[in-house]
Amino acid sequence: MAKKKFIVGNFTDEAVLFPAVKKVRRAGYKLHDVFTPFPIHGLDKEMGLRDTSLHTAGFIFGITGTTTAVSFITWALTIDWAINFGGKPYFALPAWIPVTFELTVLFAAVGMVLTFCWLCQLAPFVKKDHFNPRSTDDTFVMALECTSATNDTEAKQFLQTIGATDVTIETRETGWWLGSYATDKMRFEKN
Amino acid sequence: MSLLRYESQVRSPLVDGTKDYHQVTEDICRPVEAKPSRLWWTGFLISLCFLLFGIISVTTEVIYGTGQWNLNRTIGWGWDITNFVWWVGIGHAGTLISAILLLFRQGWRTGVNRAAEAMTIFAVMCAGQFPVWHMGRVWNAFFVFPYPNSRGPLWVNFNSPLLWDVFAISTYFTVSLLFWYSGLIPDLATLRDRAKLKWRKAFYGVASFGWTGSTKHWQRHEALSLVLAGLSTPLVLSVHTIVSFDFATSVVPGWHTTIFPPYFVAGAIFSGFAMVQTLLLITRKVLSLEDYITIEHIDVMNKVIVLTGSIVGIAYLTELFMAWYSAVDYEWFAFKENRLNLDSPYGWSYWLMMGCNVLSPQIFWFRNMRRNLFVTFFMSILVNIGMWFERFVIIVTSVYRDYLPSSWSTYYTPTIWEVGFYLGTFGLFFTCYFLFSKFFPVIAIAEIKHILKKNGENYKAKMTKEEEDTVTQFGEHHLQEH
Repeated sequence: MAKKKFIVGNFTDEAVLFPAVKKVRRAGYKLHDVFTPFPIHGLDKEMGLRDTSLHTAGFIFGITGTTTAVSFITWALTIDWAINFGGKPYFALPAWIPVTFELTVLFAAVGMVLTFCWLCQLAPFVKKDHFNPRSTDDTFVMALECTSATNDTEAKQFLQTIGATDVTIETRETGWWLGSYATDKMRFEKN
Repeated sequence: MSLLRYESQVRSPLVDGTKDYHQVTEDICRPVEAKPSRLWWTGFLISLCFLLFGIISVTTEVIYGTGQWNLNRTIGWGWDITNFVWWVGIGHAGTLISAILLLFRQGWRTGVNRAAEAMTIFAVMCAGQFPVWHMGRVWNAFFVFPYPNSRGPLWVNFNSPLLWDVFAISTYFTVSLLFWYSGLIPDLATLRDRAKLKWRKAFYGVASFGWTGSTKHWQRHEALSLVLAGLSTPLVLSVHTIVSFDFATSVVPGWHTTIFPPYFVAGAIFSGFAMVQTLLLITRKVLSLEDYITIEHIDVMNKVIVLTGSIVGIAYLTELFMAWYSAVDYEWFAFKENRLNLDSPYGWSYWLMMGCNVLSPQIFWFRNMRRNLFVTFFMSILVNIGMWFERFVIIVTSVYRDYLPSSWSTYYTPTIWEVGFYLGTFGLFFTCYFLFSKFFPVIAIAEIKHILKKNGENYKAKMTKEEEDTVTQFGEHHLQEH
């Protein structure tokens, strides 16, 4: 992935961050992302992000689990090898509820976590740039992407006026790569 | 931030002392980043010794078979199934705190949920050992899963509660692990970004999956946590329900009762909270986290203990009443002669259970007792002993006397290898817990920061002023209207 130029503003208070996000968007800057040490409710709406559909994915995985369990048990105990357990019916649906329920939960949970990792591109040995290591501690980091229309110094001043304590211009990789946080070297890097 | 005022001023703060976000990070990361103390090493090595004893006991059992245990006709389930149910029950409190209290929006859960979830995972790991090694030919353990085999394929019996248990316990373990680890990822990223040593950067770099804290990721993370909590809530109730089905669906007097599922779930939460208290009282002291796991937390958990203890008490009495009211001779005999009768071989265990589980928690009706650390610690141990005896009473006193007096068994006492196996799981549990407390943050850092401005002591003090102002303004406004 290509490296891009960003104007990075650091905020120390989420109360300042909220109006700042609004002002940045109104001023027409291209907001790359905001990195925060903890989830801030409402910030996603403020940034204009749409709701996540992870719930829907979870529902679909859950239903898949239910169907898998019911159809498999039905096939195994009535068609493939029907065994008479004390004269009870072969198709003993009430007795299958526990296993069906457990598989529903298992499929939904595992499926959702994998989907979450896929959507956020999270995995072991994955490395990403996140501008300021303090953003996982106590700093709220706002990154504006520089486009051809962006005036760097103007944007920098703008961020300072809306409350950023420390503004820098940085060139960063936007995607992820395989690498260790212990070294700066990118694995498989050509140059 | 007007939204912050929705936290009632009547409630005590959940985070004591003057803290800001950075201080929270410092406090919780300190034990992870510092060299382990002598106390930590002592505890860890003692746990390892217990684990070793457990491994030796299990090895003996595998070599010589379950004959190494004192199980007999008719006591086919003795110590090890007792221990299985006991450990599974302990796990339940962690899920209750992390999932059910999340759905009920209980702010206090943030201080204790990480450690409690870890406890759940380790407890379920310990629980799983018992049925597995009880199989005798443990190398065939994979037969419990429905895989296409060369024997037909002959499928497992999906109508059997023992198979339901396989699914319940393995699902419970998997979901708890995912829930716990997905919550850990942001905190591991915090540790990664603070790391000075190379191996730490590498280790936490791998463990944190490349987490950045992007707003979109947080949004998905929140959705994930909420849905996993929603899934875990019925799951945790189902797990002990299914464990109780192992007994309730049989026709053994003393087991064959419909009250078992709710009674087992309440008992599980009861014993689990006692174990959480034991662990957290030690953790907060050793890692000096008194500002995060406050007296307030201890108090609230003691309230849960007195509530669930009383539910368990009601269940004992209901069960007793129904045994008499059912007018089934065998059922009533199991209760009257095998349990209530103090002169019967196991009568003592029934009354020990009653004393520890029903009478002793009543002390927590008193506020100063709930907030007394020594009383809490002592009670947490007592409750766990009581809950172990509850399972022992249910299992052993129901089966040691069969329908036929001629097949009544002799007095059952465990062999050293049964005891060793049990102590070994303590070793496993505490070894895991010590490693966890050394390498992972025992308190959810991001979640504490999330509630800090609502529940932090220093912020709370400021808000009181703000709220007073609002009330004054409100009064003045209405005065003008009249």
